[in-house]
Amino acid sequence: MRRMAKTAMVGILGLIAGMAQAGGEIVVGQQLEPPHMDPTSAAAGAIDEVLYSNVFEGLTRFGPDGSVNPGLAESWEISDDGLVYTFRLQGGVSFHDGTAMDAGDVKFTLDRARDETSQNAQKALFEGISQVDVVDDLTVKVSLSAPNGNLLFNLAWGDAVIVAPESIGEIKQNPIGTGAFRFDDWVQGDQITLVRNEDYWGTPAKLDKATFKFISDPTAAFAAMMAEDVDVFGGYPAPENLPQFEADARFQVLVGSTEGETILAINNQVEPLNNVLVREAIAHAIDRQAIIDGAMFGLGTPIGTHFAPHHPDYVDLTGISQYDPDLAKTLLAQAGFPDGFKTTLKLPPPSYARRGGEIIAAQLRAVGIETEISTLEWAQWLEQVFRGKDFGLTIVSHTEPFDIGIYARPEYYFQYDNPDFQALNAALMQETDPAARSDLMVKMQRMISEDYVNGYLFQLATPTVANAKLRGLWKDAPTQATDLTGVYWEE
Amino acid sequence: MLRYVARRLLSLAMSLLVASAVIFLALEVVPGDPASYMLGMNAQEDTLAALREELGLNKGMVARYLGWLGGMVQGDFGISYTYRTPVSGMIADRLWISLPLAVYALILSTLIAFPAGIWAASRRGSWVDLGVMGTTQLGVAIPNFWFAILMVLIFSINLRWFSAGGFAGWDDGLLMGLKSLTLPAIALALPQASILTRVMRSALLDTLGEDFIRTARAKGLSRGQALRRHALRNAMIPVLTIIGLQFSFLLAGAIIIENIFFLPGLGQLVFKAISARDLIVVESVVMLLVFAVIVVNFTVDIAYAWVDPRLRGRR
Repeated sequence: MRRMAKTAMVGILGLIAGMAQAGGEIVVGQQLEPPHMDPTSAAAGAIDEVLYSNVFEGLTRFGPDGSVNPGLAESWEISDDGLVYTFRLQGGVSFHDGTAMDAGDVKFTLDRARDETSQNAQKALFEGISQVDVVDDLTVKVSLSAPNGNLLFNLAWGDAVIVAPESIGEIKQNPIGTGAFRFDDWVQGDQITLVRNEDYWGTPAKLDKATFKFISDPTAAFAAMMAEDVDVFGGYPAPENLPQFEADARFQVLVGSTEGETILAINNQVEPLNNVLVREAIAHAIDRQAIIDGAMFGLGTPIGTHFAPHHPDYVDLTGISQYDPDLAKTLLAQAGFPDGFKTTLKLPPPSYARRGGEIIAAQLRAVGIETEISTLEWAQWLEQVFRGKDFGLTIVSHTEPFDIGIYARPEYYFQYDNPDFQALNAALMQETDPAARSDLMVKMQRMISEDYVNGYLFQLATPTVANAKLRGLWKDAPTQATDLTGVYWEE
Repeated sequence: MLRYVARRLLSLAMSLLVASAVIFLALEVVPGDPASYMLGMNAQEDTLAALREELGLNKGMVARYLGWLGGMVQGDFGISYTYRTPVSGMIADRLWISLPLAVYALILSTLIAFPAGIWAASRRGSWVDLGVMGTTQLGVAIPNFWFAILMVLIFSINLRWFSAGGFAGWDDGLLMGLKSLTLPAIALALPQASILTRVMRSALLDTLGEDFIRTARAKGLSRGQALRRHALRNAMIPVLTIIGLQFSFLLAGAIIIENIFFLPGLGQLVFKAISARDLIVVESVVMLLVFAVIVVNFTVDIAYAWVDPRLRGRR
């Protein structure tokens, strides 16, 4: 009510002043609260969901379709050997504390991220950067030890946003960035408020103020939306309520795609799962659509490899592992397990894993594979499964964008060790020609699919429930972000 | 009396020390590393090591325990692993919600339970008594989270009298703050009120059977007068004991209700800290709750001795 009154007042004032100032405030609901506000030293997606692009910006930035666009770097040149990137920075950019953003800040950011004592959760993004040089105030030269076709993409991540040495000490409680919104207040456990940055260098934000409210309970999220306490809920946690919101004229529902490949991860080094026939049998025992319908209320796109379906280079390989329980039984018999076998299925907390796990266990049982299900908290899962590699099967969504490179790491938790794949990945890292890159990516997708490394289930969808009058929201989530810079209230 | 108090104080200090050791050891064996939780799946080994070093996780167990204990004695609970702010400040912020909520719920529960219990006891066996007993049976049986969701449906979604949750803060005035605590307080208070009503009623009925009540009635007092002047005071001891227990429970046990109304209270803090393996926060909050319970018990012990001199000599 207060918000409406204020919106109306701002509208009237705008009319009087004779300019089309949209203004207004917005309350954004999200499930998880950031632990602190430094996107460059934690894995928590919740930090980026509040701050990415709103408060912090990188040299490049992700667009709503996942494309990589210029950010604080206005343009760049790549040397012919692909080893030197010269970035030309936007002029007249200042941090929210008033200090100027210049080449020194870029050097500071990149050096800090790749330092020995760095606490960057995605330090691998900066691997291969050998030196960063300040050419002049607005020009930075980044030198690589080997060509890296992913560099511009890597620099768009929330973990690579530009920070200043002056404000780094307090960044966890008081984030100082260059974005269209400035951090205002944080009531821990409850909400974070951002206000419009009036001195923004680019197109200014339309909203005056944005409040992020943290509501972890799905029932509470439903109540908060229904009572219109919250204007938009990103990653809405109760998909079973979506039809109700769709039928209500007060709301709009956007179902978008994410970068989350949800897989039945298989430990490739333990008996009998190290046998490709066994893994192939598992792949054919799984009915993806039944999992999507049963565990996700129909939200999600089936995938046949570890690649996002909305990526231009995606190939649909679901046919390689189509649902065929009879074939699965035959393959098991061929592998020497006519009566099946028993393994563990360890499930982390998200509902895709807990609900999906029950369905997969039933599907596997139908072909003779018994699973012992155990449910784990994230901290336990990281320790037992991810670091300890003490598992047979697990279900997890890999939410990092373009992360097929994990299959080139034999020590990575599912332990796929294939020199051919590692060679392809190395070639991709070096390649900068788009056509050749595309060709390599298709080969990589096919190789892991044909090796049945993991059971490829579906691409995680993200439902957003919002007030019907809101415009400019992102439908898809190419990175974990709630970019509010283009959001406004329709008159 | 002084010797009694000194003895109780010593046992209070010992209880706290033992509790701190148990809490620390219990959390020490919980699997899960705070550093890898924070840095996630793509973290590199050197990054994890750098973070562990900064958090002080590389030190030995004994050194960490003594450091924690020593800090606590001076009122310093340490720095949260995940939030990286002083734990004492975080706890203080959350207490500003949890404490008023607990007190609010306790007042509501007492306001309901006292009249209801007295009414039922004074009309034993009547339809009033049956009605109160039946309702309280239902009140004990209905889970408070279900009741909370029901209230949100009616009062927030349909009637729009209250917001569906969240805390308005005390800055906008006492009334705004109390308003956002009202639904949660009712949800918490109803089961407690039901229990308290039943205790009140049975304590009163017990006392009403005593000889001194018969004497009072023989003196010419009506049943109601005897109940109010003599029985009520004597029935208070079990009732006060229950109220003391309920207060500790309300302070710590509101986790689910806090989640439903997304209130940033102590319960929610512990809940999140456990899954994030923010052990120092969990340890400190649990220790604080233990302290609260022990102090309440200590106060009750002293009060008993004050009321009943026979208890002072007891070993």
